[in-house]
Amino acid sequence: MNLARWRRIRGLIRKEMAQVVRDPSSVLIAFVLPGVLLFLFGYGVSLDATAVKVGVVMESATPEAQSLVAAFRNSPSYEVRVGRDRRDFEEDLVAGNIRGLIVIPATLTESLRRGDAVTAIQVIVDGSEPNTASFVQNYAQGTVANWMVQQSFDVGRSRSIAPRVSTEPRVWFNPEIQSRWFLLPGSIAIIMTIIGTLLTALVVAREWERGTMEALMATPLGTLEFIIGKLTPYYLLGMGSLAVCVVVSVTLFELPFRGSVFVLVLVSSIFLITMLALGLLISTVSKNQFVASQIALVVGFLPSFLLSGFVFEISSMPLPIQTLTRIIPARYFVTCLQTIFLAGDVRSVLVPNTLALVAIGSVLMLLVARKTSRRLD
Amino acid sequence: MPEVLASIQGVSKSFPGSSVPALDNIRGEIRAGEICGLVGADGAGKTTLLRLLAGLMEPSEGRITITGLDSVDDTSAIHERIGYMPQRFGLYEDLTVVENLHLYADLRGVVNEERTEAFERLLRFTDLARFTERLAGALSGGMKQKLGLACALIRKPRLLLLDEPSVGVDPISRRELWKMVGDLVDDGIGVVWSTAYLDEAEQCDTVILLHEGHLVHNGPPDDLTQHVEGRVYLVRGIAEDQRRQVLARSLREEAIIDGVIQGKSLRLLVRVGESLPNLPGTAEVTKPRFEDAFIDSLGGGPGGESALAAGMTAIRSGDGTPVIDATDLTKKFGDFTASDRVSFQVHQGEVFGLLGPNGAGKSTAFKMMCGLLQPTSGRAKVAGLDLKTATSQARSRIGYMAQKFSLYGDLSVRQNLEFFAGIYGLSGARKRSAIERMIETFNLDAYLKTSAALLPLGFKQRLALSCAVMHEPAVLFLDEPTSGVDPLTRREFWNHINGLVEKGVTIMVTTHFMDEAEYCDRIALVFRGRVIASGSPDALKSESIPGREASLEEAFIALIERELGKTEKGAPA
Amino acid sequence: MILRLRALIIKELLAILRDKRSRLLLVVPPLMQMIIFSFAATLEVKNVSLGILNEDSGQASNELAQRFHASRTFRHITYLKGDAEVAPLIDSQGAILVMRIADDFSRRVESGQPASVQFILDGRRSNAAQIVQGYASQIVSRFSEELASSVPGAPSVKLLERNWFNPNLNYVWFTVPSLIGVLSTLIGLIVTGLSVARERELGTFDQLLVSPLKPFEILLGKTIPSFLLAYCEGLLILGVAVFVFRVPFNGSVLLLLGGLAVFLLAIVGIGLFISSLARTQQQAVLGAFVFMVPAMLMSGFATPVENMPPWLQVVAEGNPLKHFMIIIKGVFLKDMPPAIVAANAWPILVIALVTLGAASWLFRSRLE
Repeated sequence: MNLARWRRIRGLIRKEMAQVVRDPSSVLIAFVLPGVLLFLFGYGVSLDATAVKVGVVMESATPEAQSLVAAFRNSPSYEVRVGRDRRDFEEDLVAGNIRGLIVIPATLTESLRRGDAVTAIQVIVDGSEPNTASFVQNYAQGTVANWMVQQSFDVGRSRSIAPRVSTEPRVWFNPEIQSRWFLLPGSIAIIMTIIGTLLTALVVAREWERGTMEALMATPLGTLEFIIGKLTPYYLLGMGSLAVCVVVSVTLFELPFRGSVFVLVLVSSIFLITMLALGLLISTVSKNQFVASQIALVVGFLPSFLLSGFVFEISSMPLPIQTLTRIIPARYFVTCLQTIFLAGDVRSVLVPNTLALVAIGSVLMLLVARKTSRRLD
Repeated sequence: MPEVLASIQGVSKSFPGSSVPALDNIRGEIRAGEICGLVGADGAGKTTLLRLLAGLMEPSEGRITITGLDSVDDTSAIHERIGYMPQRFGLYEDLTVVENLHLYADLRGVVNEERTEAFERLLRFTDLARFTERLAGALSGGMKQKLGLACALIRKPRLLLLDEPSVGVDPISRRELWKMVGDLVDDGIGVVWSTAYLDEAEQCDTVILLHEGHLVHNGPPDDLTQHVEGRVYLVRGIAEDQRRQVLARSLREEAIIDGVIQGKSLRLLVRVGESLPNLPGTAEVTKPRFEDAFIDSLGGGPGGESALAAGMTAIRSGDGTPVIDATDLTKKFGDFTASDRVSFQVHQGEVFGLLGPNGAGKSTAFKMMCGLLQPTSGRAKVAGLDLKTATSQARSRIGYMAQKFSLYGDLSVRQNLEFFAGIYGLSGARKRSAIERMIETFNLDAYLKTSAALLPLGFKQRLALSCAVMHEPAVLFLDEPTSGVDPLTRREFWNHINGLVEKGVTIMVTTHFMDEAEYCDRIALVFRGRVIASGSPDALKSESIPGREASLEEAFIALIERELGKTEKGAPA
Repeated sequence: MILRLRALIIKELLAILRDKRSRLLLVVPPLMQMIIFSFAATLEVKNVSLGILNEDSGQASNELAQRFHASRTFRHITYLKGDAEVAPLIDSQGAILVMRIADDFSRRVESGQPASVQFILDGRRSNAAQIVQGYASQIVSRFSEELASSVPGAPSVKLLERNWFNPNLNYVWFTVPSLIGVLSTLIGLIVTGLSVARERELGTFDQLLVSPLKPFEILLGKTIPSFLLAYCEGLLILGVAVFVFRVPFNGSVLLLLGGLAVFLLAIVGIGLFISSLARTQQQAVLGAFVFMVPAMLMSGFATPVENMPPWLQVVAEGNPLKHFMIIIKGVFLKDMPPAIVAANAWPILVIALVTLGAASWLFRSRLE
């Protein structure tokens, strides 16, 4: 009897594998889309404002002003255009050609010489891009501070204009603060969501739509066997794509991998099974590919993208939305992945997040087992 | 008495949200070694009953036992004992033939030598051995059907449930299928064969006849047909252009409760205790058919009047040039020639039928005539207008009604009417009066605000027809217009068509359904992209099988076999 | 022709608007998404958790720590007792930043020597880490300035920060206009993408093809209603942005309406292209999705376009959403003058012409 059961499951898995390879929309979801996403996150998009275009207005070309301009020019953070009048740049700021404007007043040299208590350098930023804007401000601060230290050395003034308290930042896990290191683990979570939820929802809904489900139900195949037979191939597919993503990220995009493979596989499995259960649930409820694909996008993909902390900071969201993110499995998985890749097997992060995943997964599985009935009515 | 495999004991089934039960107090028995026909129109409850038998649904009332096992409590055990082929066959279209077989063999625990043996047997049985590596989706309808059957038979079941196995299957494949099932029954398997074709009922050992969820008849088909024994007449020798009028006139007679056109003759059913009134031609009693008996049990068919045609202005008789004119129509898809120099002419007021096996090219030719496909070469003219050059004008003279009633389900009845009036360029008073006329003719008043998708089947058909004829087309194209429709609705439909023909409308119809073909004045049989025979139904019958009165289906098969004999021996494409 | 076209347009609109449920589907989900995502899609950093390891017990170090308490950015502050506690706190994401004040800090400050504090940041969330570092540095440098100015006559250079167009760098002002672009793309694509595929699937498409409607008319009959619907949706979302989210609308309404029209033409073109290609509604949804994801990623919504590698920026020129994002944010916040709007609108127009042309070509060639 057990042998027969195993054979049924194996038959179902074999069938599923053959179908994935032959159906163009499965190929699209399982292979093309993950490839595009991995490429875009690994290579394309970035949050690092390197070489931000800024304008520097030098109202008078005194040596001090020129050396400050040079300081901005030499900074890798900027791509500088220098002008003499701020009005030259205002239109560029409106058009988005520059993201910031640094105005070195004509009075700079004069007030430094006089030893004025405060000399103001204006930093005007394009507030319509708040993230870039805060980078421009931060960079400007750093550049000016460094310049002042430099100045006080050069001039050897008795009364230093160097800041009294300076900061020494040390960035752990990601010393060069590359956003790619932060985005790539997250994108793996997105890819696994797509395979787990969207693909699974579509294939099971297709069985309903084409009437093959009815034929399966009239065979000795049991509910549990059906669920296992459906989940296994997509589980393997998901883990396969995880493997590819990890290898590509580590070799091609030089993402460090500081955790252990065992933990990665364990946590990923739990997440993937949760998402597969969600996919099965969606398809069982909708029984129609069109509806299933839409629900999968709204319930699976969009939250994994927007509410998982993958790009956007959960702690900055309003409280109700933060609460909402607690039921999004990707939220826990993204945290785990970022930790496993960049920090290592940190128990204090992995254990609670994995437990949360297990809890959500169990609830979904229970619902699936309940909804996957052996009858049509 | 053979063993009872399934027993249906007062079963009812209602679905939430529907006030009318899908099945109401059904009883019946299915025995080993018998074919039980589950007969009824779409929506009669056939699929629901099959699903109940397969243990896929629970009856609301009553119970079903399969080989003594309760369908609700012992579902798993039942699934070991039955084979079930749902509509659309339960095949995976993106798997090959042999992969489909392997899947079902795995699921049913057929292994090792047993599997090898079963595959050999089934592939021989279904003649699919040559196609094992072909994707199921690339098979023709008939072959899919056979594969579906093979999958259901992997482990020889005690009871085989087939849900509409003959839908969309041409007469040749249908005959093969019957033969295969006949062999199974000889082996002692019980078979339930559900169908909307009443002529198939006659081939069954017993019949469960359903109408709108009610049991009309349960028992051997002859039990029902004997009720009309001696009351069915075939009237011959009516002038060919008169038979539609004669039919309409006969149906006005109190004594005649049903009548259809059968080639050149009329088939009439006389009320109990009445005798056949005086009519032109010579009448003789003929062997009753199951359909005659069914109509009789429903109290007779609809009258012969067509309110639709009555309100329509007659189309002036033309100058004798053909209304539909196909000259050397050729269509190539890559290397494959789907239609090879097909020519035919249809004159005004004719009903012309295009028949042929699946994939033989009849739908290609049909689609080229109504402008859905561009011919590779050759010319298609409708009402004297070339479809290629005067596309839009030609199309405004065409009405088209597809098999699935392609209405806009999410629009109301009135909105559908207004839309179709609009795209055919009707406006102002003409549009209003056309719409009003359709509403009146087809009694659509009560449903004006109902979404088309929610209409009862009969009204859907009415609406589809009114949308197709509102602009008073010269030519009406019909694609399997009454497949799956109950015989009453079909009669009503053909009454309208006959009425339109009398007004000078020309009809072109393509169908698998021989009863529909009988209504045609002329038929062209398309095979392997060419017209292999054409003529009136009676002429085809006598030409193909001389010496005896053959059915149109027999003629169809004979003609194709003759064609196959002419060329090398091979399978139909 | 006008009559036939009118019938087709009315039918398309009715098909979507007649059913109460599909009317709701057009209004409720976009509004929900608008509300959730405009708050969720933020790169802003608020409610930061901070660790302070103060090895010094002097007055200066306490005062500096106090400054962090006063800041609204830092919500949860954990005081650490020793070096050994730093790693666990960062590892477990208990704090994104630990500030370490060495034991000689107060002494050095009081004696006028340069002093420094160490920031240890969690690089797993690189963007947040950078921004938090910026906030923290500001606090420290302000502290430093005040120390300097307490010494009479000490000169100092101060940065005067001005945030144009968005004085408080309110992230919602960025997200909401961007979402107008994203959501109208989504709706435009889905409504158009499904329009042909739905009819193919239901079999009604043949019915249209045998009618006197010319292919061009069918195409127009599909384009116009989809465009109208998407436009109305766009206006609805726009209204929510202005009246519910109170994002300041500084520019010209006409320019925005014009820009939206051109943009939606391009989107409808893409939708029709997908629709002509797809055989089923499911394929149409997937097609729309496969276009939507890269288009969104390369639009400047989540990450700035200028951060992408140069050749990818060239690719992004073909993305109508990228151009429209500039227009919509520009008109909303910057009162963008017509010349600049036009400069960003013409690429969209070109894209619209190309996509509509390609769609009508594909539509015709797939009629059989």
